Amino acid sequence: MIKLIIDKKTVEVKPGTTILQAADSIGIHIPRLCYMNLSDFNIENKPGGCRVCVVEVEGRRNLAPACATECAEGMVVNTHSIRVLNARKTVMQLILSDHPFDCLVCAKSGNCELQELAQTMGIRDIPYQGEQSTYREDTSPSIIREVDKCIMCRRCEVMCNEVQTVGVLSAINRGFTSVVAPAFEMNLDHSECTFCGQCVNVCPTGALTEVDHTNQLINDLADSSKTVIVQTAPAVRAALGEAFGMKPGTLVTGKLVSALRELGFDYVFDTDFAADLTIMEEGAEVLDRLTKFLNGDKNVKLPILTSCCPAWVKFFEHQFPQLKDIPSTARSPQQMFGSIAKSYFAEKIGVDRKNLVVVSIMPCVAKKYECTREEFSVDGNPDVDYSVSTRELANLIKRANIDFIALPDGDFDNPFGESTGASVIFGTTGGVIEAAVRTTYELYTKKHLDKVDFKQLRGMEGIRSAKVDFNGLELNIGIAHGLGNARKLLEEVIEGKCAYHAIEIMACPGGCIGGGGQPYIHGDTSILKARQKAVYEEDVNKTLRKSHENPYIIRLYEEFLGKPLSEKSHNLLHTHYFDRKKEIIIE
Amino acid sequence: MSSIKIKLKEKDVQQIKEIASSFGNKPGELINVLHKTQGVFGYLPAEVQEVVAREMNVSVAKVYGVVTFYSFFTMIPKGRYPISICTGTACYVRGAEKVLDEFKKELGIKVGESTPDGKFSLTCLRCVGACGLSPVVTVGTKTFGRVSPDKVKDILKEFD
Repeated sequence: MIKLIIDKKTVEVKPGTTILQAADSIGIHIPRLCYMNLSDFNIENKPGGCRVCVVEVEGRRNLAPACATECAEGMVVNTHSIRVLNARKTVMQLILSDHPFDCLVCAKSGNCELQELAQTMGIRDIPYQGEQSTYREDTSPSIIREVDKCIMCRRCEVMCNEVQTVGVLSAINRGFTSVVAPAFEMNLDHSECTFCGQCVNVCPTGALTEVDHTNQLINDLADSSKTVIVQTAPAVRAALGEAFGMKPGTLVTGKLVSALRELGFDYVFDTDFAADLTIMEEGAEVLDRLTKFLNGDKNVKLPILTSCCPAWVKFFEHQFPQLKDIPSTARSPQQMFGSIAKSYFAEKIGVDRKNLVVVSIMPCVAKKYECTREEFSVDGNPDVDYSVSTRELANLIKRANIDFIALPDGDFDNPFGESTGASVIFGTTGGVIEAAVRTTYELYTKKHLDKVDFKQLRGMEGIRSAKVDFNGLELNIGIAHGLGNARKLLEEVIEGKCAYHAIEIMACPGGCIGGGGQPYIHGDTSILKARQKAVYEEDVNKTLRKSHENPYIIRLYEEFLGKPLSEKSHNLLHTHYFDRKKEIIIE
Repeated sequence: MSSIKIKLKEKDVQQIKEIASSFGNKPGELINVLHKTQGVFGYLPAEVQEVVAREMNVSVAKVYGVVTFYSFFTMIPKGRYPISICTGTACYVRGAEKVLDEFKKELGIKVGESTPDGKFSLTCLRCVGACGLSPVVTVGTKTFGRVSPDKVKDILKEFD
């Protein structure tokens, strides 16, 4: 152990600990900007570039960046001497001198770490005047890059390259003209970007934000010729409360429904219903492939991979197109909902699909992109018109003068408001496969499943594997969250190192609860754990906990779809994937 | 959406593969591989960077990041007659900048660019070791000494 003194307090730390970590451990919060630590996922970014965390170390000539300086025995550190405060202020003023002054209209305002830091440091003027970097704006279906606001903290690069292994973002050019951009400065839309939005989640400024659909939504809600319906994803209810100052992990399902009703939606539905539907289709597919496999059919593709996550889908289309026949063909719950709403439901209420606006509330920004995929539209009319993130919804609720905390609990409308506990856990890593196991167990064994909690499938480990006993048949299940982990797992599958029957993959660390559209966590991963707990809590509170027990699902099959994997199901609830790998053509 | 297509000649791809494997395809050798590749092709077009990225198992964004960071690397093909103006100390104090401006004006291109017909390209370098002849300009394999702005037109004419 190493003993040192920080701000006159003695602290003992392990060798290798940085001054910043040592200070954190005794409650001294040294300001930081480029530094990022998502401890639960072992993700750290400490390029030591911003110099905001400088501290004075006795006997050292220059100031030390606390994030990149290791503690040494007997060190005496001062984190707020006059020399430090002045240097820190100058550093901030220099950073701000090359930052646009449009805080009043910036999408990140109120959540911007640069803004907050400037306030904490009491910066009231910027004495430096000089050239400002300018760079074109890049808009994609999900993410907007406004690189003028980039402070080169490189957090997005860490997420894109090391965590997600997507490799789209890199620092380019040098000196004053350096920015973070895709190769050849192409637009994100043309790159291999999966739109997972993890870069948006960690960007300290407004350089990376999501495409905002709230104004379009306000217009549609005001249009009397349109019937506007909404579906809301499971992970939203476990995080929305945070935007109103509620404790992380507070479930706000009822208030969420009431808020959506007050906003003026004609019907308030639940994506959870569609998640139950997904399990019906995906479960039937698992069972079909498994049975064939066990009967010795050599053509059957195993493991089956989940296909609910649009970022994951785009990832394998670019990176593993050779595996495109392995994932389940089931559409994501968002898209299943859209296609059922614009066929079955539109018919039921006698509204033309062109006058029916289907909006989704998602913890995700990739869902915005998913809505725009051509195969999810009929004659140019999308099944889901657009998707709004949890953050955008929170903003909209405030804009509509709704006192969210005081709202009474509301109930979803039917027929798409009823859902089971199985669908709620779709919001967390491990949840989709657990939901699938609950249903396929009963379908396969034809026995009643008493204990529905499959604890071995739960957790926060990046890659997990578990065995589930299907009445004598041992099912091997793999789970990965974070695309880098997904890559590792897939490579093992390709090399034949592991024999899984089914694998669940979610693009975001933690699953949808940590989605790119959720309230910002500013590095506090304990918030994700609280959200995960909330999702499991909602599951326990439900009377029905297996997707196939949902009475409205049963009715939907009776009235409309027939049975899982029927022709109608195939047309409306299944999809196909594309090979998006860059091809080198040799002339 | 169809996949992104990259067109390259078989022998070019083969050459890049050989260069990459001569450095063990190690990501840490990226700069060396790019250096050698540029030696072969004269520049590093996007297609070449794509193949280098694939061979070195790094993202093409990373390759592009390195290419744009170092001024040595260029994505623009050199002209048939590459023009280099020495802007080392001796040449500089004897008016190299005015000579450079004249070349820019005459050719209508900036430093690092090539003329649309691919005939000339323009770069600066630091000292060719012929300070006695300053300001010095090299065009292809020819060297010109004591160049003044009014001589630029005549120099270019020699390559008609």
